[in-house]
Amino acid sequence: MGDSIWSAEFVAAVISGAILAGMPLLLAALGETISEQAGLLDIGLEGMMLLGAYAGFVVTYWTGAPWVGLLAAVAAGMAVSLLMVVFCVRMGRDQIVVGIAILLSMEGLTSLLHAAQFGESYPRLDAMPVLAIPGLSGIPVLGPSVFNQPLIVYVGIALVFVVSWLLARTGLGLAIRAAGWGPAALDRAGVDVVRIRTIASLTTGGLAGLGGGYMAIVTAGIFVPFMTGGLGFIAIVIAMLGRGRPVWVLVGSLLFGLALSVATALQLVGIDIPTDVVQMLPFVTVMVALALFARRSYLPAALGVPFVRGEH
Amino acid sequence: MTATPAPSADGVSSGGPSDAIAIELRGITKLFPGVRANDGVDLVVRRGEVHCLLGENGAGKSTLMNVLAGIYRPDEGAILVGGREAAIACPRDAIELGIGMVHQHSSLIPSFTVLENLMLGRGAGVRLGVKQARQGLAELATVLGVEVDPGTPAGQLSLGQQQQVEIIRALWHGSRVLILDEPTSLLTPKGIADLERVLVRLKQQGLAVVFITHKLQEAFAIGDRISVLRRGRLAGTVDGPTMKALSPDELQRLVVGIMFPGEAQSLARVAGLGEPSEPGAAGRQAAGGEPLLELCEVTVAGAHNEVGIREALSLTLHAGEVLGVAGVDGNGQRPLAEAIAGQRPLASGDVRLAGTSLRRLSIAARQRLGLRYVTDDRLGEGVVESLSVAVNLVSKCIGRPPFWVRGRTRLAVIDAHAAALVDEYGIKAPGVRALAGTLSGGNVQKVVVARELSFAPRLVVFNKPTYGLDLMTTASVRARIRDLVDEGTAGALLISTDLEELLALSDRVAVLSRGRLMGVVPNRPGAEQEIGALMIGGGRDA
Amino acid sequence: MPDAAAGTAPAGAARLPSLWARGAHALWRPAAPVVYGLVAGGVLLLILGKDPLAFYWTTLESGLLSWTGLMQTIIRLAPLLLMSAGFIVAFQAGLWNIGGDGQFLLAAAVVGGLGAPLMGLVPFWLALILLCVVGSAVGAAWTVVPSVLKAYSGMNEIITTLMMAYIGINLANLLIKGPFLTGRVGLPQTSVIPFRFLLPYLPGTRIHVGIVIALVALALVHYMQTRTGYGLRLRILGLNPRAAAHAGIPVKRDIVTAFALSGGLIGLAAAVEILGVWGYVRADWNPAFGMTLFAIVFLAGLDVVVVIPLVAFFAVIQIGGHEAARQAGLPNDFLLVLVGLILFFMVLTEWTRERSRRGRFRGRPGAMSGEAAAGDG
Repeated sequence: MGDSIWSAEFVAAVISGAILAGMPLLLAALGETISEQAGLLDIGLEGMMLLGAYAGFVVTYWTGAPWVGLLAAVAAGMAVSLLMVVFCVRMGRDQIVVGIAILLSMEGLTSLLHAAQFGESYPRLDAMPVLAIPGLSGIPVLGPSVFNQPLIVYVGIALVFVVSWLLARTGLGLAIRAAGWGPAALDRAGVDVVRIRTIASLTTGGLAGLGGGYMAIVTAGIFVPFMTGGLGFIAIVIAMLGRGRPVWVLVGSLLFGLALSVATALQLVGIDIPTDVVQMLPFVTVMVALALFARRSYLPAALGVPFVRGEH
Repeated sequence: MTATPAPSADGVSSGGPSDAIAIELRGITKLFPGVRANDGVDLVVRRGEVHCLLGENGAGKSTLMNVLAGIYRPDEGAILVGGREAAIACPRDAIELGIGMVHQHSSLIPSFTVLENLMLGRGAGVRLGVKQARQGLAELATVLGVEVDPGTPAGQLSLGQQQQVEIIRALWHGSRVLILDEPTSLLTPKGIADLERVLVRLKQQGLAVVFITHKLQEAFAIGDRISVLRRGRLAGTVDGPTMKALSPDELQRLVVGIMFPGEAQSLARVAGLGEPSEPGAAGRQAAGGEPLLELCEVTVAGAHNEVGIREALSLTLHAGEVLGVAGVDGNGQRPLAEAIAGQRPLASGDVRLAGTSLRRLSIAARQRLGLRYVTDDRLGEGVVESLSVAVNLVSKCIGRPPFWVRGRTRLAVIDAHAAALVDEYGIKAPGVRALAGTLSGGNVQKVVVARELSFAPRLVVFNKPTYGLDLMTTASVRARIRDLVDEGTAGALLISTDLEELLALSDRVAVLSRGRLMGVVPNRPGAEQEIGALMIGGGRDA
Repeated sequence: MPDAAAGTAPAGAARLPSLWARGAHALWRPAAPVVYGLVAGGVLLLILGKDPLAFYWTTLESGLLSWTGLMQTIIRLAPLLLMSAGFIVAFQAGLWNIGGDGQFLLAAAVVGGLGAPLMGLVPFWLALILLCVVGSAVGAAWTVVPSVLKAYSGMNEIITTLMMAYIGINLANLLIKGPFLTGRVGLPQTSVIPFRFLLPYLPGTRIHVGIVIALVALALVHYMQTRTGYGLRLRILGLNPRAAAHAGIPVKRDIVTAFALSGGLIGLAAAVEILGVWGYVRADWNPAFGMTLFAIVFLAGLDVVVVIPLVAFFAVIQIGGHEAARQAGLPNDFLLVLVGLILFFMVLTEWTRERSRRGRFRGRPGAMSGEAAAGDG
């Protein structure tokens, strides 16, 4: 029976599914990486994803243009992150409390807005067109899975390298990392820590919003309240495990996506694994990974600590 | 020709072409809650000159310069740069006006490379300019006559090298005025010599240098002009010609007179700030008491970027003795103290207190044996700022009678105990229930000392016990240390970076350098030179 | 610990003000943001085209002013207060146990699964006691991995408790669908404890004794915090972990025990809810009290005296808000927005208060758990 399961189609479907499921995680975790490097622990990530998902869905529903929807998702995520900017970056309030406030209010708000607008109905969007990359999409297994995806998937993967380059090779990236590892030093060097953290936080919001928009527009085609179902928190964990390196964030997101996609695919071919086990496995994996590998020194020294000039 | 008293501000400047004036501070006042850190200070900083800002800890030197560097905003007063009034709202403004500051504690990010640290602050745009930075580093290093590897993480450099990188960074950012805040406090003698050489070159380049220090001799050696701050006010200025005209003794008398006017002269001697005092209590002899603390072949791992105890260290401290530990800060003092107290594990060797091995004992168990530790980080770990003075005074005996009976807190007993100690140690607090964080630094230290010295201590480790304290508190803490051992049953290990303090209190002085014990010197006439030689001997400033 | 934990005791007061004055002062602190939050929530209701006054009145009426509503509110109060007690213990020690929902659900599943079978083996009163113990033990056990990782390798407990929460929630479902499944059709659920064997009612009401258990537990927590050495140790640990280590406090042991105590109280909350109200557990049941209570405990400044009225307020809007939302044709989730808004206003009022108190100088930043102490500029 083993041979029949591990057919080329099956493997292709699993990989394709992994990319599809891992993409929102990737986008949100990339965003969280930027915030964490800048010294901000963005617990409200999931709230940003939710409003992104809702805004993306509604705008796509109105305009019929998924790209406009995705842009709206980015804008919505950034709008939510303004709360983080005002309360945590500017006022120096506790990041965990503010993050939870963002999460709760956005969960409630999107649910309310959806109910006010659509009541009990869940209209469906058209699927986003798939872009087959000429030549590469002809490769067996990898062709149909990796190189036959909506354009936004390629954009997401490209973003990994953009963020990598940003953090490692630009003045802004250096400043972002300094805002997390030594905000007082950055301040004394003449760079406004508040401004850098604001930029980082807004970027995080935009990416998380995009991740949410992706879920609503590309993966699901509908908006359901609470549809992110904890993915924001998984993204936070992936970002922490990635230790500020976007390529590792990509690997982590794809592994999570793979775990979800393998289980779904197995169910499709008749091997029934309870969904609870499927949903639990990634977390168990992370716990084991954390217990075995992670240490606190991986995190920026000033993570979660507000910056006030003259007090460091 | 001599020092001008502060109030007549216009008398401070003593001629010289006005175009040589780089910075002028007029009537700077800086208020902190309950404190006038700076009170109408006037100051003129000239090009091609090292201007020493002298004063005790807490006199407002750092605050004044932090105002200039944009860290604090003044409540009153004006800053003139190149003759024009300048608004300095943040460090960036200061940097753009050509003012660079090297803070007392490193402003480099330890996990970043030298090059990355250098590029910090070169805007937050897309371009990083690695090439220019590398080039600038090489050029400026040549100018200053220092060697720095651009790829090394800053945390792996010695403190002296870190300082050099910070100076280079300030110059690279175009600083024409360089402020150095207590730059020698963390340096070895070799590092200090290097710094002096660099300063000479900076002067030749026409830079204005402000050199903050609380050490008289340093100000005399390095400064071209000395301004003395006292309690936030400018107490007086001694200009270059005057400094040259006076003999060292006369100069010293003059400056001490400005720093401690009137009868406070005697206090200056207590604090070791005055004339090189005759060896404290005329050369103490090692008491012949029982061995109390024995360190046997001890090594201790340093934390991240910290020098531990690298070479097996053996020392014996007898009852009735103060054993001093000399050395420049960061040469293994804290690891040693914490290993004895039990706050970090021994890498090898053993510590015995009156014959009992402490190796496997917890902090609490060591405390019950009579071991006490007066930490050098009094606000960071010595007290809990948001708990009351009373609770802080018993925080090391939680759960034990008479303050706790069967786990139940007896508030009345705790308060009474605190009231007695507040009285005995002269702790100035609004009440025993006042939060420790509302006390001044000196009173916090009194709380810490009172806690450690209560309940019959046998051995007390003092780690920089008077650092940053005012003269009165310093004198009282020093008296406590001597009183403790003079009864003959207890002992004290006194870790200090202040040689005068060590000579005034210790029976013997051990010298620590780069995590190694360089030797133990009995406190006799001439001990100062011996200790200095041992410090330099180990002072490879690598 | 967060700013909220830092006391507001005036520096000059050598003598404590009267309990009454202290209570009034302590209550005013959270009252203002609650009022602002209600107003802002009202504006949102207006935007959605609903009448806020009617909404709030219905909430009050069906959550507090009617006898049934009041009883329901008090019944709901029992698990909420116990869970709050659990959070207070952890937060006061500077430990971010944000995995309360996992501890709650897993304990609930085990209590629900073992409940009916155990009733058949021992007298029901003994079974009730045993089940409460089991619930607490399960809740406590679910904190062991995060607490040991925190104590012995400095691992950030926010992440680990969150992970354990997800694992716990799924594991609870697996248990209900697996070993604890009763053979009925429909939604998977555990076997049902007969109604007459559930927790007894208070005389003259239909309110089970859970509320008494909760109040006693809160009183004990308060006593522990203010009058015992252990409580002081946990406070020092929360306020300044380095000072705790310096003072010789057994930091590692205290982290593990405080976490276990926290999880135990949350497990007890689950046991009380199952044994007092439901008698069984359905698969995919998740009241998700955790995050909201987390917020409320903060709002109360970790003060037991303030937590009780605040949680009661929350219970009223939970019970009454359900009816109000139904009448207004809104989903229940308006409550989440309300709590979120209140939190934002709490943060805001705290900030303005600090500013006015200290002029232009802001308070020392509240640090995140234990890590902050190490990061010294």
